[in-house]
Amino acid sequence: MTESGTKRAGYFRANLAWIVGLLTIWAFVSFGCGIILAPWLNNWMLPGTQYPLGFWFAQQGSIYVFVLLIVIYVLAMNRLDRKFGVAEEDDA
Amino acid sequence: MTVQGWTFLIVGATFTLYIVIALLSRARSTGEFYVAGKGVSPIANGMATAADWMSAASFISMAGLIAFMGMDGSVFLMGWTGGYVLLALLLAPYLRKFGKFTVPDFMGDRYYSQLARLVAVICAIFISFTYIAGQMRGVGVVFSRFLEVDITLGVVIGMGLVFFYAVIGGMKGITYTQVAQYCVLIFAYTIPAFFLAFYVTGNPIPQIALGGTDAEGVGLLAKLNGTLADLGFKSYTDYHKNTLDIVCITGALMLGTAGLPHVIIRFFTVKRVKDARSSAGWALLFIAILYTTAPAIAVFARSNMLATVPDVPYVEAPEWVGTWEDTGLIAWHDRNDDGVIQHTDGKVFAKKPVFLSDPETGEPLRGAHGHRLLDLEASGGLKDGKNELYVDRDIMVLANPEISGLPPWVIALVAAGGLAAALSTAAGLLMVISSAVSHDLVKRIIAPEIKEKQELRVARIAAAVAVVCAGLLGIWPPDYVAAVVAFAFGLAASSFFPAIFLGIFWKRFNMPGAVIGMLCGIGFTTWYILYFKFFGGLPADWWWGISPEGIGSIGMLVNFAVAIPIALLTKAPPAEVQAMVEDIRIPGRID
Repeated sequence: MTESGTKRAGYFRANLAWIVGLLTIWAFVSFGCGIILAPWLNNWMLPGTQYPLGFWFAQQGSIYVFVLLIVIYVLAMNRLDRKFGVAEEDDA
Repeated sequence: MTVQGWTFLIVGATFTLYIVIALLSRARSTGEFYVAGKGVSPIANGMATAADWMSAASFISMAGLIAFMGMDGSVFLMGWTGGYVLLALLLAPYLRKFGKFTVPDFMGDRYYSQLARLVAVICAIFISFTYIAGQMRGVGVVFSRFLEVDITLGVVIGMGLVFFYAVIGGMKGITYTQVAQYCVLIFAYTIPAFFLAFYVTGNPIPQIALGGTDAEGVGLLAKLNGTLADLGFKSYTDYHKNTLDIVCITGALMLGTAGLPHVIIRFFTVKRVKDARSSAGWALLFIAILYTTAPAIAVFARSNMLATVPDVPYVEAPEWVGTWEDTGLIAWHDRNDDGVIQHTDGKVFAKKPVFLSDPETGEPLRGAHGHRLLDLEASGGLKDGKNELYVDRDIMVLANPEISGLPPWVIALVAAGGLAAALSTAAGLLMVISSAVSHDLVKRIIAPEIKEKQELRVARIAAAVAVVCAGLLGIWPPDYVAAVVAFAFGLAASSFFPAIFLGIFWKRFNMPGAVIGMLCGIGFTTWYILYFKFFGGLPADWWWGISPEGIGSIGMLVNFAVAIPIALLTKAPPAEVQAMVEDIRIPGRID
């Protein structure tokens, strides 16, 4: 494999690792905490509020986490772009 | 000034703003017409995407749906936001790097096939028309309720406005009007929520107020659960549908969101791949402001209604009950003739209310208490149970300021916000239809030899024709519109999402796999929805209890299950297609 080919593969592997990690959290907060575990989580309140915890995940918390996940991905990928030297030309 | 005066003023001012923006951002080339010259900043694109995405349904209907569904309504909140994570991580950056104009462009090039392109064109047009009918209707409804003009005239005014800025400005004009429309709609949505949150809990932030306590120190949600239990309703903070169905509906809405062409197309308009990623983040942040406010509005509205209406004699009911009864959004059938409004779980009649009127004068017929009399047969027949009150879900947002006694300018603002939400979504959908016809159908399939100037003219004509068709659908809405929206998400989830996803992440994925996979996914989803929505399939026979709204998730699995083995058994894609896949995975160039 050529040098640029190895670089491409390395960049894409690192990208995939981030995607898998972040989507695991994505599924855990929405399908997990917001749906499947919600009835059980409703036994507690979100600390300091009157929100049943499962309800909070389903109607508030999961949405905040979604925004956070994209922010993390954007920052991580901007770093990867620079590390592997694959950023766009007018980026310098 | 009266509510109507304020409404004319605010709606007039916002419309003038949209027209000025459209005139300032005329499209001169096909690049500007289809993708705004690829020069939109990530924040502006985030706002435009948010306005594009949040439709009349998000603005007018969603909080009301949640108010009546409670926890079960969470599917909309998680489904319509979670899809943006999929977009940002799995689709948007790669499609931006691909660098063409439309979703069918990607399908046609990646799967080296005119058939794939054609399937994508048909799906894109079908999904867009499904959606747009609801938007134009929304425009008409807002006009008729707040400005007392005929629904038809309202639709025509909306058509005229969208025609003006979509046909002249193309994507460029639409983008900047959408930015303005986002500001209008988010302001209109949150201002009444601030007021309400402050009245109820003393804290103006709705997201905090919802988890707060009332003046007596009782938690709002606990109190609502208590009131509901007393009246014989189910609890608000627990799921009542089966878990698998909830999972499937949420999944289908997420996958559908990520696969909807009018959302994807917005990520073609930014300058760089990294801008596509960050503008998805901005878009979700802007959407989240409305989506985390909606559950609070839902609870305030439901609590307020339950505190003022049930077990109150009709003659002593609040004034808005009569006002909204006149527009057909509230109806009361006095089952036990006691003159008192009994409100509990269950339907009054099977369909929407139809009132009786004097056959000669056309004046509404009224009962002993001054309430409007119902034609029970035309309303779908009286259902068993004790509930006497029909409340349309849309009331929760539209009438909330009025119910809570907010100042007239706030009520006017809600009208302008509803119009902004409907118009911005309609315009985005028109672009998809117009580019699918002029670019994908005419330029890439029928007449590749046409020049850019001719293509631009075809694009404008296609947009113009689409506006007129959308308006006609708004004036005479087919009564299955609501049912068909499930279809749009199901189709996007079972066709576009898997085909684009595999096309990016699996280099070996090929034309036969993609085309047969899409056809099987679409075929299965279409069959299930048609059978259970239109041809008398009974909910008791739903597969594993999955409703037609959630079947898109299974449709996607069908697509994968068919596409992957077929791709493995057939020839790998040509070398240049594989090279293209390598290329779109990297933002810049590697030397």
